[in-house]
Amino acid sequence: MAGNKGRGRAAYTFNIEAVGFSKGEKLPDVVLKPPPLFPDTDYKPVPLKTGEGEEYMLALKQELRETMKRMPYFIETPEERQDIERYSKRYMKVYKEEWIPDWRRLPREMMPRNKCKKGSKPKKAKDAGKGTSLTRTADVLKKIEELEKRGDGEKSDEENEEKEGSKEKSKEGDDDDDDDAAEQEEYDEEEQEEENDYINSYFEDGDDFGADSDDNMDEATY
Amino acid sequence: MWMDEIALRLPSTMTQAEIKLCSLLLQEHFGEIVEKIGVHLIRTGSQPLRVIAHDTGTSLDQVKKALCVLVQHNLVSYQVHKRGVVEYEAQCSRVLRMLRYPRYIYTTKTLYSDTGELIVEELLLNGKLTMSAVVKKVADRLTETMEDGKTMDYAEVSNTFVRLADTHFVQRCPSVPTTENSDPGPPPPAPTLVINEKDMYLVPKLSLIGKGKRRRSSDEDAAGEPKAKRPKHTTDNKEPIPDDGIYWQANLDRFHQHFRDQAIVSAVANRMDQTSSEIVRTMLRMSEITTSSSAPFTQPLSSNEIFRSLPVGYNISKQVLDQYLTLLADDPLEFVGKSGDSGGGMYVINLHKALASLATATLESVVQERFGSRCARIFRLVLQKKHIEQKQVEDFAMIPAKEAKDMLYKMLSENFMSLQSIANLIERRQFETKENKRLLEKSQRVEAIIASMQATGAEEAQLQEIEEMITAPERQQLETLKRNVNKLDASEIQVDETIFLLESYIECTMKRQ
Repeated sequence: MAGNKGRGRAAYTFNIEAVGFSKGEKLPDVVLKPPPLFPDTDYKPVPLKTGEGEEYMLALKQELRETMKRMPYFIETPEERQDIERYSKRYMKVYKEEWIPDWRRLPREMMPRNKCKKGSKPKKAKDAGKGTSLTRTADVLKKIEELEKRGDGEKSDEENEEKEGSKEKSKEGDDDDDDDAAEQEEYDEEEQEEENDYINSYFEDGDDFGADSDDNMDEATY
Repeated sequence: MWMDEIALRLPSTMTQAEIKLCSLLLQEHFGEIVEKIGVHLIRTGSQPLRVIAHDTGTSLDQVKKALCVLVQHNLVSYQVHKRGVVEYEAQCSRVLRMLRYPRYIYTTKTLYSDTGELIVEELLLNGKLTMSAVVKKVADRLTETMEDGKTMDYAEVSNTFVRLADTHFVQRCPSVPTTENSDPGPPPPAPTLVINEKDMYLVPKLSLIGKGKRRRSSDEDAAGEPKAKRPKHTTDNKEPIPDDGIYWQANLDRFHQHFRDQAIVSAVANRMDQTSSEIVRTMLRMSEITTSSSAPFTQPLSSNEIFRSLPVGYNISKQVLDQYLTLLADDPLEFVGKSGDSGGGMYVINLHKALASLATATLESVVQERFGSRCARIFRLVLQKKHIEQKQVEDFAMIPAKEAKDMLYKMLSENFMSLQSIANLIERRQFETKENKRLLEKSQRVEAIIASMQATGAEEAQLQEIEEMITAPERQQLETLKRNVNKLDASEIQVDETIFLLESYIECTMKRQ
């Protein structure tokens, strides 16, 4: 670009002064690499405040960051989960508590239509047989009928969810009896309307399903 | 209103900075799926469920889960629109408040010690909880830290909870109205949550009896134990929840009021003396509950009342108090104003002026840090000149619109730059962590192995062998990383203090117009 200057012709097709260089000024060398990601600055920053409070808040901040990752509100993507499962399975048992939203406080559309209940055993008769696999097909068909009647175009979503649900259910391993009892009781306590089923362990991490947990996809993926 | 002019003139890059920061915060706290949905709502405004799913290319199932989390944490609200369509809206500024969680929690610690601290922490971590749930969680956590055999009583935790409610640091969430069965129609698509002003700090009469429980040690085994028992759900007993449906949240506004008061008292202490600041602190304390968060002045307080409210053991005579009050009212900073003569003299704290001074001082120090002391000197002179002109008019609101506009614009720009700074800090921290991911993981593995070996009584020599799996240069690298991450984290906290001051001023100013 600068090579033609000596022939008396203007070397640039634009006004060099507009870019900030005065006429005849030596231009900076051509840079052959991208600028540094974190360049140095002219003025060094003032040192940070220190003190008991600052130190405490720092430790707290870092602790909270780790804690939040382990809470049921932290929803991992399938790729993330694989990483963490592999590592944690071998060295640290990280389990997440369940969280079930209070459905009464939420719009009705928030409730998942999936009929899948984790580890529901036929012998727990409390939920009037809705959870048993024998009645599942009948329920699914009934549900599809209902949705057709409503005709709100969400049938394909629901069907997919039902299918995923049945896949999940057949893959589930053993469950702790106690926990299941707690779930069932939760279910009964909180459930007001008969026709809405929901996944009890909605926000639960699938870590505890024994050896086959790598295959066990708790959350439906599309 | 000319305030709107300013809002329109601000570059869209300001909103971009806010969005970027919200995205980083959501991702760190809730993961990428919640982040995707949250950021989408911040960008687009109010939207129904299906549109969100469609526009973000996310499954309905995942959108629902994300929204549940966001609503639980008071980051998204919903409204029923025409034809029963429910729309969801994100609260961008509330997302930014997540930066401040450590400060809220630490402040509670200073005021209500460990019990109070954990109550607020649980409320922030969970978004909202019933009182019975909080008490149980906190009692369990405190019991963990106590000596063997000792436990924390629910009653003690409840007492602290009540104190927090009385001083408005925690408040009730709007709740589902109890419907009478006279309404036979189909249930609405979404409940309309309501709360009565007078109920906001009303603690339900509960007789929570019990003690905290330690986690069984078998649940925490590391390294290769067969699957640990999943922890029981909080209601592992079969009793019904006594305060079912009554949820509580941290009252962030109340904390902000506290921070503002702290900043004012501190400024007075620096500029004048300890006694002056104690008088101001007393006046602020007297006005805590009676002053709204955006009021320009506190309610007038008489010198007699102030005298009676001084802290026990603070031995100054009434005459000395009056002298101090006069000095404070005469000070050019105008933090304290005299509003009348009855009751020995009526005084107010000029909250708006105080915030303006604090915000200005913040600006000055930022100019100094970023552009050097020469620029800071010029900046200070310019501001001083303005200040002298200000004194020639009685009321701050009578300042020529141009001056006030400029001031506000400066504050908004600086606020935007601070938000951008924090986003940069977070990105740098994540970058540093990612660069060293392999080494960090190795270090964590080694620590875990050592911990489990110690638990099973390994010998010193064996432990040493494992420790040496991390080489000396690697140790050095880890040290450096830790130091840098600490610096970055600490910087975030400190910049957020700047944001707080600037936003307090901005909010107060906007509301006045």
